[in-house]
Amino acid sequence: MAQDLSEKDLLKMEVEQLKKEVKNTRIPISKAGKEIKEYVEAQAGNDPFLKGIPEDKNPFKEKGPTFNALLLLLGRAFWLELAWSRTP
Amino acid sequence: MCDQTFLANVFGSCDKCFKQRALRPVFKKSQQLSYCSTCAEIHQVAERVEALGQFVMKTRRTLKGHGNKVLCMDWCKDKRRIVSSSQDGKVIVWDSFTTNKEHAVTMPCTWVMACAYAPSGCAIACGGLDNKCSVYPLTFDKNENMAAKKKSVAMHTNYLSACSFTNSDMQILTASGDGTCALWDVESGQLLQSFHGHGADVLCLDLAPSETGNTFVSGGCDKKAMVWDMRSGQCVQAFETHESDINSVRYYPSGDAFASGSDDATCRLYDLRADREVAIYSKESIIFGASSVDFSLSGRLLFAGYNDYTINVWDVLKGSRVSILFGHENRVSTLRVSPDGTAFCSGSWDHTLRVWA
Repeated sequence: MAQDLSEKDLLKMEVEQLKKEVKNTRIPISKAGKEIKEYVEAQAGNDPFLKGIPEDKNPFKEKGPTFNALLLLLGRAFWLELAWSRTP
Repeated sequence: MCDQTFLANVFGSCDKCFKQRALRPVFKKSQQLSYCSTCAEIHQVAERVEALGQFVMKTRRTLKGHGNKVLCMDWCKDKRRIVSSSQDGKVIVWDSFTTNKEHAVTMPCTWVMACAYAPSGCAIACGGLDNKCSVYPLTFDKNENMAAKKKSVAMHTNYLSACSFTNSDMQILTASGDGTCALWDVESGQLLQSFHGHGADVLCLDLAPSETGNTFVSGGCDKKAMVWDMRSGQCVQAFETHESDINSVRYYPSGDAFASGSDDATCRLYDLRADREVAIYSKESIIFGASSVDFSLSGRLLFAGYNDYTINVWDVLKGSRVSILFGHENRVSTLRVSPDGTAFCSGSWDHTLRVWA
């Protein structure tokens, strides 16, 4: 387990890792940053969060019939209440 | 007397990263700042990007049914089903359109910290304090007991913190509190490769998007994020700039970068080819750790769930916060964007999951 390793072992592991990493090739930020930006701009057209989805195509929209039925039910409840309060 | 002009180099600490470097003047909102060359390059890229408009994201579905804290969730490739796991040992498969529960399994342990959906949609994997990762094939036969068909695949010496199927249903990658990650064959339960290198518990992992090959990134309590080669078991790159445990790592959609969320209340973006951190997403007003991060489909937005019950939406390129979402009544513990990018789901310690779109 990692927690059982002594401080010395952990540091040795780290140094071994760093020695391997020295050989990695690195590209400059001016190039890497630009490529990330270009990727985003190319993909932005496909991103539903950026371009928005029309309510009728959104699978998570409020369900039409239920919402209207709810409104009707509430309206009916109100009128019933009124009718009952008027009876002597 | 010669009349040549000399370029005077100003040395000092960069206004952005505070490192001692040769500085260049940079104009931000008509204020002059001094940045080192790397920060100046990143600033230049960000300047040229158009700003985003206002976002309206709200909770479209609330999935209620867990009896305790929701710890992990995953989407199915059909963009509709969700599997979630919680502290009480229950793993539930939901239909996010209708909010119906399709399957439910009770694990023999509590704190099921990891769950994943198989790419085929026919099985789920989960694990936690039992130190194992178990695979359950999903069946629509009402008479069949799902728990009977359980297959124990992975065995670790400490809790399972994360699991993920690779490109097929046949292999699973796991991360554990014992400081290692491992690749297992589902059918035989055999260990194919193990990954040693973290100095403390590994809390999260993410596989590279399929086009870019056999690597994955893991983050741990040793504040390090490490990128591994799955075939050789070697760590290819390691990044240690966070100041506390890394709770979540997620690859950028292009595969050339990854983001991490940590208990130090920041999210950071690391570029793999430049081999360095390129952005920090933080604000002085955010003091609670980020538990979970995910990108939108294009990579322009970074969604991050925090321990202060909110979800912050960051503009990846500009480094600024776009939106803050309220709704959960306890920590947000997990967050994933759906495979087609139309919505994202967040799970919280308030026992519910919310689908936002």
